[in-house]
Amino acid sequence: MTGEPEEQAESTWRTLRRGLALSPELKTGLAGTVVLALIYMVGRVAVPVAVQRGIDHGIIGGLDLGVVWRVVAVTAAVLVVTTTCGYLMMRRLFTVSETALAGVRTRAFRHVHDLSMLHQQSERRGSLVSRVTSDVDQITTFLQWGGVILIVNLGQLVVTTIVMLAYSWQLTLVVLVAFAPAVLVIRLLQRRLASAYGLVRQRMGTLLGIIAESVVGAPVIRAYGIAGRTARRLDTAIEGQRQAQQRAIRISIVGSSVGELAAGLALAGVVVVGVTLGVDRTLSIGQLTAFLFLVTLFIQPVQIATEVLNEAQNAIAGWRRVLDVLDIAPDVADPGAQGRELPPGPLDIRFAGVTFAYPGGPPVLHDVRLDIPAKSRVAVVGETGSGKTTFAKLLTRLMDPTAGEVLLSGVPLRQVRFDSLRSRVVMVPQDGFLFDATVGENVRFARPELTDAELTAAFTELGLADWLDGLPAGLDTAVGERGEALSVGERQLVALARAYVADPDLLVLDEATSAVDPATEVRLQRALDAVTRGRTTLAIAHRLSTAQAADEVIVVDRGRIVQRGPHDELVRDPESIYGLLFASWLEQTR
Amino acid sequence: MASGTSRDVLGRGLWVLGRAIREQPRIFTVAVSGSVLFGLMVIASAFVVGRVVGDVVVPAIARGSVGAGVLALAAASLFGISVLRVVGIFGRRLGAGYMQFRLQAAYRRRVTRRYLDLPLSWHHRNATGTLLSNANSDVEAAWYPIAPLPFAVGTLVMLVGAVVSLFLTDWGLALVGLAVFPALFALNVVYSRRMAPRQARAQRLRAEVSGIAHESFDGALVVKTMGREAQETARFASHAGELRDALIDVGRLRGVFDPMLETLPSLGTLAVLVVGAIRLQQGAISVAELVSVAFLFTVLAFPVRAIGWVLAELPRSVAGWDRVRRVLDATGEMPYGDTVLDRADPTPATLAFHDVHFGYEPAEAHLPGTEVLGEVSFTVPAGKTVALVGPTGAGKSTIASLAVRLVDPRAGTVTLDGADVRDLTAASLASTVALVAQVPFVFDDTVRANIALDRPGIGDDEVWAALRLAEADGFVAALPDGLDTMVGERGTSLSGGQRQRLTLARALAGRPRLLVLDDATSAVDPRVEAAILAGLRAPTGGPGAAASILVVAYRRATIALADEVIYLEQGRVLARGTHTELLATVSGYADLVTAYEQAEHDREQTRTYDEVTPLTSGLEVEVDR
Repeated sequence: MTGEPEEQAESTWRTLRRGLALSPELKTGLAGTVVLALIYMVGRVAVPVAVQRGIDHGIIGGLDLGVVWRVVAVTAAVLVVTTTCGYLMMRRLFTVSETALAGVRTRAFRHVHDLSMLHQQSERRGSLVSRVTSDVDQITTFLQWGGVILIVNLGQLVVTTIVMLAYSWQLTLVVLVAFAPAVLVIRLLQRRLASAYGLVRQRMGTLLGIIAESVVGAPVIRAYGIAGRTARRLDTAIEGQRQAQQRAIRISIVGSSVGELAAGLALAGVVVVGVTLGVDRTLSIGQLTAFLFLVTLFIQPVQIATEVLNEAQNAIAGWRRVLDVLDIAPDVADPGAQGRELPPGPLDIRFAGVTFAYPGGPPVLHDVRLDIPAKSRVAVVGETGSGKTTFAKLLTRLMDPTAGEVLLSGVPLRQVRFDSLRSRVVMVPQDGFLFDATVGENVRFARPELTDAELTAAFTELGLADWLDGLPAGLDTAVGERGEALSVGERQLVALARAYVADPDLLVLDEATSAVDPATEVRLQRALDAVTRGRTTLAIAHRLSTAQAADEVIVVDRGRIVQRGPHDELVRDPESIYGLLFASWLEQTR
Repeated sequence: MASGTSRDVLGRGLWVLGRAIREQPRIFTVAVSGSVLFGLMVIASAFVVGRVVGDVVVPAIARGSVGAGVLALAAASLFGISVLRVVGIFGRRLGAGYMQFRLQAAYRRRVTRRYLDLPLSWHHRNATGTLLSNANSDVEAAWYPIAPLPFAVGTLVMLVGAVVSLFLTDWGLALVGLAVFPALFALNVVYSRRMAPRQARAQRLRAEVSGIAHESFDGALVVKTMGREAQETARFASHAGELRDALIDVGRLRGVFDPMLETLPSLGTLAVLVVGAIRLQQGAISVAELVSVAFLFTVLAFPVRAIGWVLAELPRSVAGWDRVRRVLDATGEMPYGDTVLDRADPTPATLAFHDVHFGYEPAEAHLPGTEVLGEVSFTVPAGKTVALVGPTGAGKSTIASLAVRLVDPRAGTVTLDGADVRDLTAASLASTVALVAQVPFVFDDTVRANIALDRPGIGDDEVWAALRLAEADGFVAALPDGLDTMVGERGTSLSGGQRQRLTLARALAGRPRLLVLDDATSAVDPRVEAAILAGLRAPTGGPGAAASILVVAYRRATIALADEVIYLEQGRVLARGTHTELLATVSGYADLVTAYEQAEHDREQTRTYDEVTPLTSGLEVEVDR
């Protein structure tokens, strides 16, 4: 149901045109490939023609072995040529199409990374992955078998029809009339088949979701003793998917049956009409025999069409989805060569009347005006949902403000080249995502040239040398899928080290140590204080210990800055928002 | 060696197919019957066409007239054969499809049942992605050759029938058949043998490309904030390039064999023309027989491909089957006992750990497992609250898992009201204890279903009561459809704190007699957390009030509510007592819980000489430790 109507929105031809415009390399040597394909198809009709000539000139009306030998020898030679052309055609076709699609795949991958956070939200991430994986796979898989079958069979249909017309237009008409109803029925079925396969895909999606739930939620299922309930949900989804598959195959079988019946009808019609014509001496025995052969060549493409056209639809839909992703203009774009560099040295921050709202939502930040001098250490605090994380995202240009401007050392962020921005401004997000590699490789992410000794030194500077020593293999410890071999707190430590070695001039910490135990956090805090001296740091804080240590605290409430100043000053008013937050913090920590 | 392996794969593949046939014998019989009918009709059609040409067309054109009856009979036979072929197609494709889908469904059920039966320790050893593909693509791959199997079996029967009919017609023409059919068969076998490893390579590379895309997009924030888009794209491109080369390789092989498979039967037809003409000259055969045989070669070419399809899929099928088998054969279930704790007993339960040791099993058998807990003994007396405190990685979550029997200890026992948890029935265990985990898990279902979980005796009133106690009634009432709102993957996305409160309500709704909270309120605002804990400890009224509580906590406010604190370090109980006692006597504990105060204190002090030595002050403290 979902996604089906929009898939129909654009015509196949338009998708093909868009696709070709995007991958002009698909057209390289196309003319040559088409010529080879045409020659290859001649091979398909060579045998019926040979049968006709052999029968008419070598067998009926006086056997002449010489003629038969000649016909056979010539046809065999033709077959050798056409077979070779077939090989060359496929070779060119696969090389060109796979190369082009690998290019599309890589471009789409890069494009997804260029899209802003708004497009990369976790709900859509799975579907973005399928844009560069299963959707492209669908196209290549189709080209590997269905595409060739489709091209060859369409060509076979055309060439066969031409040869049939050359022998007898009357019999050709009989064949076409016999197939006309079948073609109509198959066209009708095609639409139902497309929706049936759509249902199969949708049910498959549901099934995968429920299987994932039963795997990821295993502890909950066990703790609550609800294996029975889960099993029922699984069974329903498995059964639903099976029913959908069976429905699709039933429709598909009706399609091929109709084609088969049409073939029978055509054969019978050709015999009746052919014999009648033959009696009138307008048709030779060889021609009529060849016609019976040609009818079978005509059947195959029609029968295969139902299956292959459906695959083609899927492939086209996949291609369309890839193109659609490529068509999304990156809303937070790199100004590129025209962009400016950030001035060297510590950076100051300026929010000039910044307002931000998520698309279709109310503003999260209202007209924020703020100046933070270079080298200062600032903490942003506020309740959940106050808009403090939005601060970090705007500052690192993961998003652009709806109104107003963010400036670093006087340069508007929109004008800063990404390579300059990303090397000078680094953020440590709360979810310290790690790649499935070693601790060392993860820390080295932004600066692959660092040596192990330099990494170890960085951990030491952060006060984490003991922790690193405690790991089974030190820097070479594998962190597992998404870092899951480490605890949540340990992942945050690695993420912090990764940002630290990137050596930024502005460090943005978004609750970067929220899962670390208090003692370690305090230790880390101290080390950070020391090593970030001389740079600007902005920390989004959940625990107010961070705020206490900062030069300045900025208190955000409902999208506005309500207080700012050093901790000691702000706590003097116990009735203020910060005063209340701090009182509650004290209450739970002592 | 390579051929030995592939022969082995062939044998094992056939064994897997045999297993499929044994599981679905009736539907397979239907499919093969349809396929054989189809095959015989293909041969029949060739001979009917031959007879029509030889016995109807030739005499009619020679005589210049035709009998209407004979013509009608010819037409009816041709059409009749088509009708029978349709019957065959129906039987074959419907049978094959249903058989394939039934097997897929059956094995998906079996695999997912194993997931539910196998213990968590087994789940820990297997990556989520692997388990997902076991139930999905591996099951699919295992039964992939089932689709063309009946066609292939029918084709074998057809080939035998064709050779027999050739011999019945003429030994000369039969020799052509004996040359062409085995060659065609051999070409198919060689094709699939050479294709299989290339396909496997492409499949492996596809998985790699997909893995990189998954990881890279999951880590998009890191990639973006560190400006590593170009390097990530280069990493992706190099794998995509390898995949491209592998696919071109597959395509080239196809380019070699596909046209040859087309041409071979055509060459056969040409040979029939020559041999047939010679035999005709010798008077051994008729024109009708010559045409029949020539036609037969033309129509046989396509079905023979079906054998190649089955052979080509066998290696993938075997690989899929092996992975599915690994799940089905996995052992180590955690069987439940048959002791039932008195459900009617509303009093809180007593939890006791007696000298418990625990270690995670190593990912690979030859590696030693690491011990996570050792000599852990403590008691949570009925109605009391006990706090587990310790640094990151001390084993607190493991104790929580042991308490609700998500895992079993390596040595020692865990008891509830004196009964070993291993002796309890699943139902009794689930109704006595409830765990609220560190990372909340929400099902892709309604709020109501997420809380009630279809447990008996939990109606809307109980659900609301639990939501109230978890301080979640407010936001749930504000959701668009209240209790009927879909949450999780496809529904409204909730904040971390909301998810935690939802899972807390889920635990409370079952009125457990022991509640285990594993840092379960970390994302909840401190004020809300205090209210929740106060509610849980309220002496009367409301569900959960009558529960013992084991709580893993960092927050001092939470710890202060506990009757007793257990302090852990590196999997050992280092100290136990009240918060005040431990604070006074255990330095590690004091360091941990007073870290913030200490920091503040140090700050006051350093501030005074900050002016003098600003750069080293942080590090000096570090060195002192």
